[in-house]
Amino acid sequence: MSRILTADEFVASIEQAKATGDWRHMFSIIPYFDFLGLRLEMKGSHMICILPEDKKFIGNPTLPALHGGVVGAFLESTALVHLLKTQEVTRLPKIINITVEYLRSAKPVETYAEAVITKPGRRIANMRIEAWQTDRKKPVAAAHANFLVS
Amino acid sequence: MPEAFDLDQIQAMIDKGIPHCAEIGMKVHEMSPDGVVFSLPYQERFAGNPVNGVLHGGIITTLIDSAAGMCIFAKLKEYMPVATLDLRIDYLKPATPDEELFAFLTCYRMTRKIAFVRGVAYHETRDDPIANAVGTFMLQSSPTPKVRQFEKGKGA
Repeated sequence: MSRILTADEFVASIEQAKATGDWRHMFSIIPYFDFLGLRLEMKGSHMICILPEDKKFIGNPTLPALHGGVVGAFLESTALVHLLKTQEVTRLPKIINITVEYLRSAKPVETYAEAVITKPGRRIANMRIEAWQTDRKKPVAAAHANFLVS
Repeated sequence: MPEAFDLDQIQAMIDKGIPHCAEIGMKVHEMSPDGVVFSLPYQERFAGNPVNGVLHGGIITTLIDSAAGMCIFAKLKEYMPVATLDLRIDYLKPATPDEELFAFLTCYRMTRKIAFVRGVAYHETRDDPIANAVGTFMLQSSPTPKVRQFEKGKGA
């Protein structure tokens, strides 16, 4: 179904999201973003990604806590969205590696993340991403990632 | 504690005790102190690229993170709450659409408080990996009362 999309159509969707500032369609055509239910909100010049509360993301029901993999996936996705939004993109940037640091137990509630490009390069973008829940000053996880951008 | 784990019990523990792993359809294949093998059938809903259907890195991270925790339990031969401290993943090549994804993880060093793990994600063989992973975990991470051991079957 989703794989019927051509590369040109995909790039066109990215361009359209950039032009209108509405990323909902864009997020709906990336199957895994749709699975996560990702949303995007602008807070001034800051682009915040939102992972909704959902029981299906729980990894430890006793605590309870979000699955570490979901947290990692959310950080990676936030970095990718940041690249799509801020960089000239002719194809989907490819992740090279990511190091996720788990700082606090993430509760199964709505979670936020913001990415910054620590070093933009012609071919490689080095990113830092942080995720938090109720208190921005108490991140639940952070990550460093490298993306191949061209 | 029996030497070999009962894979049906492990699978039941995943299906009933770890909601996200049950949601994505994670399967256990091997469970021994030397390492564990888990898998995830290909599902289009986990694609990160809508043009070619290649899996999103995040779902590979999830399979690896889950298997990493399990390889610690396999080494300890009991269930203990563990918390991931960090996990590094190198994406060596894209996963092939429509192919089942496997992850092999081993706990290669364990101290009283910390477990060090490493492993790979692959389709056919570990010698042709899609991703390489290294991570550290804290043992007895929470004051959660010790959950039943695997052999008692009910899981977490």
